[in-house]
Amino acid sequence: MPELTTRTEPAGAVVVDPGRIASGRARGAAPLRREGPAKLTGAAKYADDLVFPGAWYGATVRSTDAHATFTALELDPTFDWSSVVVVTAADIPGDNIVSSIKADQPILVPIGGEIQHHAEPLALLAASDRAVLRAARQAVTVRTAPLPAVFDPFASDHIFAAYELGSGDPDAAFAAADVILEGEYRVGHQEQLYIENNAMIAVPSEDGGVTVHGSLQCPYYVHTALKRGLGIDDRQARVVQAETGGGFGGKEEFPSVIALHAALLAGVARRPVRMIYDRHEDLAATTKRHPAIVRHRTGVAHDGRLIAQDIEVVMDGGAYCTLTPVVLSRGAIHAGGPYRCPNVRIRARAARTNTPPNGAFRGFGAPQTEFAAETHLNRIAEALSLSPLEIRRRNVYVLGDTTPTGQVLRSSVAGEEVLERAAEASEYVRLRARHIAARAQRAGSGAVPASPLRTGRERVASGVGLALAWHGAGFTGSGEVHLASVVSLELTGEGAIRILTASTEMGQGTKTIFPQLAADALGVPFEAVEIAPQDTAYVPDSGPTVASRTAMVVGGLLIKASQRLRDQVEAATGGTFAATYRDYAKANGLLRVDQRFEPYPGVGFDDETYRGDAYPAFGWAACVASVEVDLDTGEVHVRDVVAADDIGRVIHPVLAEGQVEGGTLQAVGYATIEEIKLRDGRYLNDRLATYIIPTSLDAPRITTILVEAPFDGVPHGAKGVGELPMDVGAPAVIAAIADATGVWISDLPASPERILAALSGVAGVAPLPPGASEPAAAGGAGR
Amino acid sequence: MTTFHFTVNAAPVEVDVPGMRRLLDVLREELALTGTKEGCGEGECGACTVLLDGAPVDSCLVPICQVEGATVATVEGLAPAANELDALQTAFLETGGAQCGICTPGMLMAGRAYLDAGGGPDDDAIREAIAGNLCRCTGYTKIVEAIARAADAHPGQAR
Repeated sequence: MPELTTRTEPAGAVVVDPGRIASGRARGAAPLRREGPAKLTGAAKYADDLVFPGAWYGATVRSTDAHATFTALELDPTFDWSSVVVVTAADIPGDNIVSSIKADQPILVPIGGEIQHHAEPLALLAASDRAVLRAARQAVTVRTAPLPAVFDPFASDHIFAAYELGSGDPDAAFAAADVILEGEYRVGHQEQLYIENNAMIAVPSEDGGVTVHGSLQCPYYVHTALKRGLGIDDRQARVVQAETGGGFGGKEEFPSVIALHAALLAGVARRPVRMIYDRHEDLAATTKRHPAIVRHRTGVAHDGRLIAQDIEVVMDGGAYCTLTPVVLSRGAIHAGGPYRCPNVRIRARAARTNTPPNGAFRGFGAPQTEFAAETHLNRIAEALSLSPLEIRRRNVYVLGDTTPTGQVLRSSVAGEEVLERAAEASEYVRLRARHIAARAQRAGSGAVPASPLRTGRERVASGVGLALAWHGAGFTGSGEVHLASVVSLELTGEGAIRILTASTEMGQGTKTIFPQLAADALGVPFEAVEIAPQDTAYVPDSGPTVASRTAMVVGGLLIKASQRLRDQVEAATGGTFAATYRDYAKANGLLRVDQRFEPYPGVGFDDETYRGDAYPAFGWAACVASVEVDLDTGEVHVRDVVAADDIGRVIHPVLAEGQVEGGTLQAVGYATIEEIKLRDGRYLNDRLATYIIPTSLDAPRITTILVEAPFDGVPHGAKGVGELPMDVGAPAVIAAIADATGVWISDLPASPERILAALSGVAGVAPLPPGASEPAAAGGAGR
Repeated sequence: MTTFHFTVNAAPVEVDVPGMRRLLDVLREELALTGTKEGCGEGECGACTVLLDGAPVDSCLVPICQVEGATVATVEGLAPAANELDALQTAFLETGGAQCGICTPGMLMAGRAYLDAGGGPDDDAIREAIAGNLCRCTGYTKIVEAIARAADAHPGQAR
C-alpha cells in the first residue's frame, strides 16, 4: 500500500455549539481513508477478484412460480452430467434452514415442498466452466403444481410480527381535538443497489468444514448459518470478508443464503466454488426494502399542538420472515415522528405474501413510517394554515419529553437545533413565501380552470420542502444486551497494536475511524494502529455491521479496551503508553484485552410490554429540499438539499459528510424514481436498465451541516450516522413537490405518472399503488 | 480462438480468445487486471469503464475483436509509480470521493478522460462527464469535488 503523506482538513463541516462537546477530543486533522489507496489503484480485492485455482462456477436453479408445489426436478438424460455437480435439498447435511429470526426459510425447496415466491432457490449446479454451466442449466426442467398466491398483505392470514404501543388515552383525546385529519401513505420496494453484486466463494477444508470468502456485512451471521445448514462446528465454519462494494443492508442477512449455496456445492464438488451473482439475478432474487401502508388519524389543537395520534402500519414481509420483526419494530417505534404527543396508539403488523423476501435496508423500517409521519404533519399544517416550520417548532421533542414507549429523553436531544439550522441555511422561509406567491399567480390562469396544470406562462414550478426525523442509534430495545458484542485489542510481542473486531468496512469508514478512536485513547499516532482482517478465525463477534451501531456501540467498546490496555501498560512501566509500549511488548510478549458490551447506565427496555428506552439515544435530522417540477411531464428535478444531522460527535468529518450525502441521494431516489413493479409476484424491472437509480445529473447539490449533541453513554459521544439521512430525504422532496404544485403525493415514488394523476385530479389514471402486484392476465404476455 | 494484439497501460499484450469475448473478461481473467469491475454487464453502471484509444467505454460492451491494435488504459495504469498516486487519485483520496470503492476504477477512468480532454473544474461539466458511472455511496458530491480539485491542480491537464 502506498505510503501517503498528504492529509486532508476537515472541510465543509459546520459544527454547532462546540461547548456541548465532551472534553478530551483529540481529533486534529482527519486521516485519509485507510484502505483508500488500494481502492484507488485497483489493488483492493473484492470477492470476484479473488483467485482460487481449480475453482468451479456455481449457479442457482430458481422457481418461476410465486406459489406452487415443487413436484420434480428432471435432468435431461441426453446431457453429459459427469462434469457437473447437482445439489438439491436432499444433499443438505444439516438443517435445511437459513438461520435467521424464525426457522422458516429453506436453503433449497425440497422435492414435494412448497415454493413460496418467484426466484426461490430449488437446486444448485456447479461446473468447471461457464459454458458447461449454462448448458447444464438448460438441461434442467423444474416441474411444479401451482397453488393460489397471495400478494396483498391485507389479504394474508400469516402474520410474521405485530406490535401495539402507545401512551395516554387516544380515544378520549380525539373527542377533545379541534381538528382531526386522516391520511393513508404507501411506499414500495426499494433495492439497495450496491454496485458490487452479492458474491461468495466457498473453499472446502480437509476437516469437513468450509471457508467462505465474500461480500458481506456480518461475518458471524454467515458463520451461524453455515454451522446450522452444514451441521458443522465453530472451528469448521470460517467466514472471511472480501473487500465489499457497498451493502446498505442488502448484505446483512442475504449473504447467509449465497454462502450456504456456495458451501453446499463446494462440499459435493470437493473444490472451491464461486457464486457470483450477475445484476439480473441480484435484482430478481435478493431482499428489498419492505413495502408499507401507513394510515394516520391525528387530532390537533387549533394552535397546531398534537393531541392524539392513531397510526396503523402494515408491512409486506415477502415470503419469509428474514429480519421482518425487527424492521417492523423500528418502523413502529419511529412512526409518530419526532414529536411530543400525549395520546398515541401505534399498531403495526407485517404479513407474509408470495413475493421475494424483504429485508434490511438502510433505515430499517423507519424511512417508510417517517415518510408517512412527515407528510401527514405537513398536511395538518396546511389544514391549520400553519407553516411546516412552525408546526414542527411547536411539537418537536425537547429535553425531558416522553416517547410513546415511555422513554424519557434525558440527553442528546437536538431536534430543534437541526430544524433551525437546516431552515436557516436553506433560506426556507423566504423561498416558501416566494413559491406561495407563484402558486397564487398560477391558480386559475391555466387552460383548465382552477387546475394547477401549467399555464401558458410557465412550464416549470419551483418548490421547497422541509422534513424532520429521529433515528434510534444501535439495536432496538434490549438488542444490544442480547448481542453482548466483544471487541479485542492486542499489543503483540513485536510491538504492533492490532484491533480485532468483526465490524466490516463497506465504504462507510470502519477501517479508518476505529484506528482513529484507538490511537486517540492510547495516545499514539493513527498509523501505529492496525486492524485485523474480518475473519472469524481471528476476530471476536462484535455483532453485525448494521443499525448505525458501529461508531457508537463497537467504537465505544474499542475505546474502553484501549483505555484498559493503556492502563495496564502504564501501570507496569510507569511511563506513558506511547513511550513505553514497544519495550513492554518485547519484554512481556502478547497482551490482549477483550471488552464485552455492558448495558448503558439507566437504559432499560421490556421486550414483553414494549415499554422503556427503545434506544440508548436518538440521532436527529432535518432536510430541506428544493425541487423543480415540470408541469407538462410531471418530472421532478431535486436541485438542492440542505441536510442538518446530529450524529452525537463527529469522528471524521469527511466520512460523516459522505454518509449524509450518500444517504440523502438514496432518499431522493426513493422519493422520485426508484420503484419495483410486480406482475403475479415477480419483479418486472429486474435489470439495471429498468430499475433506475440517480446519476450525477439527477443528484442535487447537497450541503451537509453536522451537529453534535453527544451521547453520554459512550466515551466519545458518537451516535451513528449511516441511516439517519435516509429517513428524512423523501418527505422533504414530497413537501417540495407540494410547495411547487399544491398537490400532495401520498405514494412513493413521486413518479411523473403519479404527479400528473394528482395534478389532473383524475385518480383513475394513477398507476398501481407501490408494492402492488398486477395480475398476470392484465399484463397480456404474462411470463 | 483468435490471437489479438493491443496495448494495456502502455505494455503490448497478446491474447488467444474468441473474438466476441468481452474486453472486461480479457482484462480480468486473461491479464489478471481485476481493478476493472463488473457491476451490471449491460452498459448501465459504468463500473467497467476503461479508456479505449483515450475514450471512455464500458468494457462489458466491447468485444475483444474491436480492440485489435488499440490502446487500452485501466485503473492499474493511472499511478505514475508504485506507492504513488496521480493527481486525480490523490484528489479522490483527500476529498472522500471513494467509499466502498467498487465504482471508483470506472469513475477514475471517466474522470481521467474528462481531464485529458481539457475539462475544467466546472460542476455541471463534470457531472455530465460522469453521468454514465453510477455510484451508490457518495451522492456524487465528493466525486465531483475530487475531479474539480484535480482539474484545478493541473490546468490544461498535463499528466
